[in-house]
Amino acid sequence: MLPFILKRLGLAVLVALTVSFISFSLLFLSGDPAAALAGETASGEDIEAVRRLYGFDRPMLVQYGEWLWQAVQGNFGESYYFKLPVQSLIADRLSVTMTLGVCGITFALLTAVPLGVAAAIRPNSIIDRVALFLSVAGQAMPSFWFGLILIVLFAIQLGWLPPSGASSWRHYIMPTIVLGYYAMPAIMRLTRAGMLEVLNSDYIRTARAKGAGEMRVMFKHALRNAIIPVVSLAAVQMGFMLGGSIVVESVFALHGAGYLAWESIARNDLPTVQALILIFSMFYIVFNFLADVLNAWLDPRMRSS
Amino acid sequence: MPVLKTIDPLLEEISGPTPSQILRKRVTGHSGLLFGVGVVLLLVIVAILAPVLAPHDPYAQSLANRMVKPVFMGGTWEHPLGTDHLGRDYLSRLIYGARVSLLIGAVAALISGVIGTAMGVAAGYFGGKVDTVVTFLINVRLAMPVVLVALAVVAILGGSLQVVIGVLGLLLWDRFAVVMRASTLQVRRREYVAAAQAIGASTPRVILSEIMPNIANNLIVIVTLEMAHAILLEAALSFLGLGVQPPTPSWGLMVSEGKNMMLFEPWLVLIPGFVLFVLVLAINLMGDGLRDVTAPENRG
Repeated sequence: MLPFILKRLGLAVLVALTVSFISFSLLFLSGDPAAALAGETASGEDIEAVRRLYGFDRPMLVQYGEWLWQAVQGNFGESYYFKLPVQSLIADRLSVTMTLGVCGITFALLTAVPLGVAAAIRPNSIIDRVALFLSVAGQAMPSFWFGLILIVLFAIQLGWLPPSGASSWRHYIMPTIVLGYYAMPAIMRLTRAGMLEVLNSDYIRTARAKGAGEMRVMFKHALRNAIIPVVSLAAVQMGFMLGGSIVVESVFALHGAGYLAWESIARNDLPTVQALILIFSMFYIVFNFLADVLNAWLDPRMRSS
Repeated sequence: MPVLKTIDPLLEEISGPTPSQILRKRVTGHSGLLFGVGVVLLLVIVAILAPVLAPHDPYAQSLANRMVKPVFMGGTWEHPLGTDHLGRDYLSRLIYGARVSLLIGAVAALISGVIGTAMGVAAGYFGGKVDTVVTFLINVRLAMPVVLVALAVVAILGGSLQVVIGVLGLLLWDRFAVVMRASTLQVRRREYVAAAQAIGASTPRVILSEIMPNIANNLIVIVTLEMAHAILLEAALSFLGLGVQPPTPSWGLMVSEGKNMMLFEPWLVLIPGFVLFVLVLAINLMGDGLRDVTAPENRG
């Protein structure tokens, strides 16, 4: 187990380093960052001054090394727009996004797992068809459009929920549904497929032959085994969802890290954008690593691969 | 009569359905596939014939005719789906919007398909160091938040059709690489591959004429799913104001423009979003259907 963990940890660190390099090189994608920063009206001297002030005149690898060294210590530089340290800007917003992510994945699991189980117990029944329809529709639903429909329906027409903002738990209901629905189809399909496979296995027949009640067979024997891959999928989906929160947060004007990313991109605030890409990637890498370890712990066969 | 009885099963085998008959039966019996192919074909035709079908110029503004209601909400047939906040005919913009969505989806899927397939097949066929590098690159790509990176790059390079297509094409190769790698691994150990190698076929020849034809059905499925993915992402980028730029008729952009009038004219948001939903649904159903029909054993 320990060699497996160390190997995965090494891979995770390498992936994180590569992502950090890509994220850093965004700065140079636009051509001359000093000219962009100085503005259109700046003279050649102004641009040179900005270049020296921000250290753009040094070799790229040196700049990357320094940026990374500062980033590891939690220092992402100063936002071009807000003129504040990037890390304090993000820290304020991250709790909103984390709350949304946790609510979203909880919603997805609470709807997808029961539906998947019910669909697997009676294949081709009405429930199975409804579950299939929900998952096919979920994969095709543009999340920004789904969010707007919910706003029209529940905020404008019915007036039950606030249309935007983050000041109470009621503000999180619609964003949670939209973000959760994004992760639901994959989880539902995996639960259904896993349950179908497990229900046809010998040990379920044995459990039934011993006279175990149907509920006991389903939950103690079947679901316990079918849920293992679902848990690791949920961890991976959580990583994806945090990155996907940018659309949902902008629809509901939920001022989280995703909203900050959108604002910063629109304002050309590159230090903030770089930091956010790195942070969202780190979430994915950490969740993916945890999922791998969890899998290997529950199923020793996974450790060799 | 006993003679006929012994021949009977043989007769059955001879007169039974041929593989192409079985395939045809599977296709015509698959309603999801038929629906998907039908809708996609219809929208492709609409996109191609846009100049003929559109009743008005999609860019022509008319400040006197702003936000005319669609015909089913009390409007007239002059503008069957009404007009937007600049008085542009909504139906015409929708029809031209099909061009944008289908073009971006198809070209982005093509670019990412070439990249991902090359990587996946190389990793699966050569294994070893090549596989290690490709797997690592897939991990890196998956770790990067797609929407965020795409938004940032489009914002830096400027939002044009070419940039959006290029960025999506360079970002969406991960699933191609994963699936093509796995499929190649499966096919590589087959006897016909060993036979081709034994008679001295070159590596490119083995890959092109032995491996590729046998993983092509998986490839087609991923092409459709990634095309749907690219169309959804373009719409999301345009909705966020950092994709295709106005006045280009993009469905995502139309939803974004209608958003401000959503309180009074919800149809401005509902119509383009619904068309987008139906197109993506149809492409997904087509992909799922193709998989069911060509390789039912791969159903997930």
